Amino acid sequence: MNWLSQNLHIVGQLLADHLVLSIPPILLSLIISVPLGRLAAGSPRWRTPLLTGTGLLYAIPSLPLFIIVPAVFGFSLRSPATMITALTLYGCALLVRGAADAFSSVPQDVRLAAAATGHSRWGMFWKVELPLAGPVLLSSLRVVTVSTVSLVTVGAVIGISSLGTLFTDGFQRNIDASIITGIVLTVVVAFALDALCVLAARWAMPWQRAVSRA
Amino acid sequence: MNLLIEAVQWLLDPVNWQGENALGMRILEHLGFSAVVVLVAAAIGIPVGTLIGHTGRGRGAIIAITGGARALPTLGLLTIFGLWLGIGLEAPFLALLVLALPPVLAGAYAGVESVDRATVGAARAIGLTERQILTGVELPLAAPVIIGGLRSAALQVISTATLAAYISDTGLGRPLFTGMKTQQYDMMLGASILVALLALIVELCFQLVQSAATRRAEPHNGHQHRAHSGARERIAA
Repeated sequence: MNWLSQNLHIVGQLLADHLVLSIPPILLSLIISVPLGRLAAGSPRWRTPLLTGTGLLYAIPSLPLFIIVPAVFGFSLRSPATMITALTLYGCALLVRGAADAFSSVPQDVRLAAAATGHSRWGMFWKVELPLAGPVLLSSLRVVTVSTVSLVTVGAVIGISSLGTLFTDGFQRNIDASIITGIVLTVVVAFALDALCVLAARWAMPWQRAVSRA
Repeated sequence: MNLLIEAVQWLLDPVNWQGENALGMRILEHLGFSAVVVLVAAAIGIPVGTLIGHTGRGRGAIIAITGGARALPTLGLLTIFGLWLGIGLEAPFLALLVLALPPVLAGAYAGVESVDRATVGAARAIGLTERQILTGVELPLAAPVIIGGLRSAALQVISTATLAAYISDTGLGRPLFTGMKTQQYDMMLGASILVALLALIVELCFQLVQSAATRRAEPHNGHQHRAHSGARERIAA
C-alpha cells in the first residue's frame, strides 16, 4: 500500500496509457468484423476462407505478432500503432467468427418476412438482422474486450508503456507491490470495460433486458 | 519487407542451427516444456471437469474461473512468480499451469455436460454402471469438446512460453529477447516467425485430431449437427 501511495502519479499515467491502447482495437475490431461476419454468414463461399483465416490468425502468439506487425506494416517497433494494429487483428480473429455465428442465428423466416414487408437489403441489415444478431455479438465483444485489456500488458516487454510496465519494472527492481498493483488494475479495467459493453448494449437494445450472458 | 527477408535469411543460416544455441534445441525445449505443462493441466483438469459435468455440481465455479482467467495478464503472473520463486523453471511452469487449467477444465465440463441426457438415461436403463457410462458413453461423446479445451490450452501455453524467456532463459523466447537486447532485428524477427509457425503447426495438428474425434462421436452428423457442436467448442474455448 505504501508503494502505491508513493507512486500514484505514475500508476495513473500508465492506467491512462493502457486505456488509450485498449479501447481503439476493441472498437476497430467491432467495426471491421460485423460486415465480415455478415459476409461469412451469408455466403458459404466466403465462410470457409474467412473463418479458417481468422482462426489461424488467432493461433499466432502475441509477443511474436507484436514483432512481426511492425516489420510487415512498416511501423516502428515501439509505436502505439503496432499495438493497436496487432490487437485489432486479434480482436477480428475472435469477432469475425462470433459475428458469423450471430448472423447465422437470425431465423430464415424472419428474413423472409422482412423481405415480404418490403425491406430493402440495406434496411433489412440495419433494422432486422443486426438487432437480432445483437445479443450473440455482444457475448463475443465481451470476450474481445477482456482479452484485449489483458494482452496490452505484453507490450511492456518491447517497451510500450501500459499497466504492463508495472510488471517489467517491478520484476527488474524486485518490487512485488508494483506487479500486484498491475495485475489488480488490469483485471479491474477489464471488468470495467466489460461492464461498459453490457451497459452500451442495454442502451442500444432496450428490448433486450435480460442481457446477462457471459 | 527487407526486414522480413533478413529474418528469413537468419532462419536459414546453418550457423544458427549448430552448437550450443542451436535453434533445434530451442524448439525442443519450447515444445517439451509446453507439452509437460499441458499434460499436467490435462491430468488435473480433465478428471475435475468431467466430474463437474457429470454431477452438475460446481458449475458456477467453472464459469467464474474461466471468465476471470481471461482477464488475468500472463506477463503479470510470470513476473510475480519469477520474483517469488527465483530464476529457474518453477516460476514459468506454475504461471503456465495457471493459464492452461481453465480452458482444460471448461472443455471437460462443457463436453460432458453437453452429452444428451436421454443417451445417458438409455445407457443407465440397459444396465451400465456409472463408471461405464462415464468412460464408455460420456467421455467419447464429449471428446471433441475436451480436445477443443486442450487445444486452446496448448496455444495459450506455447504463446506464453515465449514470454517466459523474459524471466527464465528458455525456449524460443531466448533468441527473441537476445535479439531485442542486442538490437539484432533479424534474430528477433526470425525467432518470432519461428514461434508463429510452431503455433500454427500445433493448431493444425489439434484441428486434425479434433475432427477425427468429432467423426467418431457423431458418425452420422448432418451439417446442422456439426455447427451445433462447433458452437459448444467455442464456449469451451
